[in-house]
Amino acid sequence: MNFDYSDDQKFLKNEARKFLDAHSDSAAVRKVLNDDAVSYDKALWKGVAEQGWLGAAIPEEFGGLGLGHIELCAIAEEMGRAVAPIPFASTVYFVAEAIMLAGDDAQKKDLLPKIAAGEIIGCYATSEGPGVVDAKSLSAKVEGGKLTGVKIPVTDGDCADVALVLASEGGKPSLFLVDLNGEGVARETLKSLDPTRGVAKLTFTGAPATRVGAAGEGLSISEQVFDRAAILLAFEQTGGADKCLEMAKDYAMNRYAFGRVIGGYQAIKHKLADMYVKNEVARSNCYYGAWALNTNAAELPVAASAARIAASEAYWFASKENIQTHGGMGFTWEVDCHLYYRRSRQLALVAHAPKVWKERLVSQLERKNAA
Amino acid sequence: MDFNDSPEEAAYREKARAWLETNAKAHKNNSSANGRRPNSPEHMALAKEWQAKKADAGYACITWPKEWGGAGGTPIQSVIFGQEEAKVGVNYGYFTIGLGMCVPTVMAFADDETKKRFVRPALRGEEIWCQLFSEPAGGSDVAASRTRAVKADDGSGDWIINGQKVWTTGAQYCDYGILLVRTDPDVPKHKGMTMFWIDMHDPAVEVRPIHQASGGSEFNEVYFTDLRVKDSQRLGAVGDGWKVALVTLMNERLAVGGSSGPDYKTIMELARQTDVSTGTSALKDAGFREKLADWYVAAEGLKLTRFRTMTALSRGQTPGPESSIGKIIAANQMQEMSNYGVELEDQYGILVDPGEAPMQAAFQQSLLWAPGLRIAGGTDEILKNIIAERVLGLPGDVRVDKDVAFKDVPTGR
Repeated sequence: MNFDYSDDQKFLKNEARKFLDAHSDSAAVRKVLNDDAVSYDKALWKGVAEQGWLGAAIPEEFGGLGLGHIELCAIAEEMGRAVAPIPFASTVYFVAEAIMLAGDDAQKKDLLPKIAAGEIIGCYATSEGPGVVDAKSLSAKVEGGKLTGVKIPVTDGDCADVALVLASEGGKPSLFLVDLNGEGVARETLKSLDPTRGVAKLTFTGAPATRVGAAGEGLSISEQVFDRAAILLAFEQTGGADKCLEMAKDYAMNRYAFGRVIGGYQAIKHKLADMYVKNEVARSNCYYGAWALNTNAAELPVAASAARIAASEAYWFASKENIQTHGGMGFTWEVDCHLYYRRSRQLALVAHAPKVWKERLVSQLERKNAA
Repeated sequence: MDFNDSPEEAAYREKARAWLETNAKAHKNNSSANGRRPNSPEHMALAKEWQAKKADAGYACITWPKEWGGAGGTPIQSVIFGQEEAKVGVNYGYFTIGLGMCVPTVMAFADDETKKRFVRPALRGEEIWCQLFSEPAGGSDVAASRTRAVKADDGSGDWIINGQKVWTTGAQYCDYGILLVRTDPDVPKHKGMTMFWIDMHDPAVEVRPIHQASGGSEFNEVYFTDLRVKDSQRLGAVGDGWKVALVTLMNERLAVGGSSGPDYKTIMELARQTDVSTGTSALKDAGFREKLADWYVAAEGLKLTRFRTMTALSRGQTPGPESSIGKIIAANQMQEMSNYGVELEDQYGILVDPGEAPMQAAFQQSLLWAPGLRIAGGTDEILKNIIAERVLGLPGDVRVDKDVAFKDVPTGR
């Protein structure tokens, strides 16, 4: 039985923590939070690129470190813990994964080295309105290699250089690569629950678009990309949830009320124990996801769903009860609790809400039972 | 990251499997009794036969030193054997508490003569041990024990014990027990206790089954009326009973099996068979599907957390605190899921007759058993205290009785 990070992976994770403690501390995150004109932390992005982490799971032949997905999971956990204000997830978990999964050789050769080097930022654009987009509701269209339509909201759409866009061509949904710095693209920055991450509305009016993957396979490719991203996001969520528990514990150990530290009262102790239980359930499901992702196992959709559900629940619970433990202080802008509360929502929504994953999980279980 | 055995573990598993293949099959084939009636004399005889067979082959108490009949093996070997044994379906629970908690305490505190007398018969299943800690006035607060031991006034050095224990698993079939008693009520509660081993067949020991809320009687009350024990039956020093009890509790075995009762697959099957409206099975109900996903995630979370514990053992490390989440999740999930199953059956859900209720009344039985599981072996509340204090490092509760002589501690009825 070897169901844990290896020593090398733990070392990498520890290095990531040290780096992010120094470069993605509260002050750094707040620079992005407090300034609407700042979309992401450019210095941190550069630093992360220099560490090679953008290409942790990208093969060496495409300019990456070629480490593997468990290493990327370890980094993701630390990114989540640090509420890193950079387009890491959009670029690495969505776009790089999609290109590795469905891109042709030319697309891989063109995009992956640039992603690994931090030269381009990517975003993944599927949503067009409230609810989940499907073949019927999809309105973005590609005709003659030109994309027309509106995508909203697109995480990191305000700063990205390229987008992968779900659009129909000849009545069938496919995935398209679009240069966001080219013609026929208009962006509008939107306000979101989590200002430490950028969100935009992208309007395409005849933007040149190249297909990624087979024609008509857009939804199925997207589903696979979301499975992969869900696992990596779940590590970010678990990292964030663990940090919330630590913050709540530290506060409870130092805050006095009625003559003793509040951490001595069972109302607080049991709340924190509940957080711990949820966080461990999330971590165990995440590890299974990491294994499935790294081995491309048949269990990947089930593992991704379970990791996503467990980690979304854990982070939501930990982030809201962390504020509660801090009392009135937790409700101030100056105390960091709300950064995690906000990020817990951003991460829970960016790759479909938990409700959608619960349905996906149960339909997978039905299929497994029928087999 | 994978689920594979190391080469040494794989070799051990292969060896265990081969032994089980031969011996478990013979054991099952030779047994005429119905193996599914726990506590029946036939079932007990089968269990003892199997335990002796395991002991002789070095598969009972694998981690114990060889000189005491163990195999001098590693914790991971013990886990591996447990997994393989469960697979062949010859798992008897009669010896778990005795060999997991009581006998290790005897081994830690008794003299050589006592150990020579008791360890091997216990290991071979010839004698079964129970743990006598909880009392009517001291459940979560075990150190509030009132069962009293006083020195006999005949100069023999013997002790005379009077009082009552409760919730004693297996007392009705046990031969010996370890008993925590109060020897000095004039000092604070943790300081005035002493541990003894006792003969459960002594006429001064009376075992009365508890009629549980679930309807069954797995647990017992045990009464002591002028029970005389020799001073040589003392485990540890006079007044050190609490320290000895902590050793007992630390010896609790690594739980490797899952909890019994319906799991997510069972309720999925029930939902498939049950219509919420004509022609529409509950499995298609969105509300049910969301719940099912949550149950799956929690159950998998538990299973995978056990894999993490095994990983630590496999690497020769001490398992992390993550294994402490097990019973809180399992017990609460059992209660919630069994109630959902019962409600799924609608009016029919009220039936507990295994002949009438779906799935032999599995959900009804589990509903009735679940409140006990949330209390036994540490209540939800005590387990959360343990996580908060030992895992997270939060302060202990205010103890108003800590520095007060036990006899002066306020009590209820």
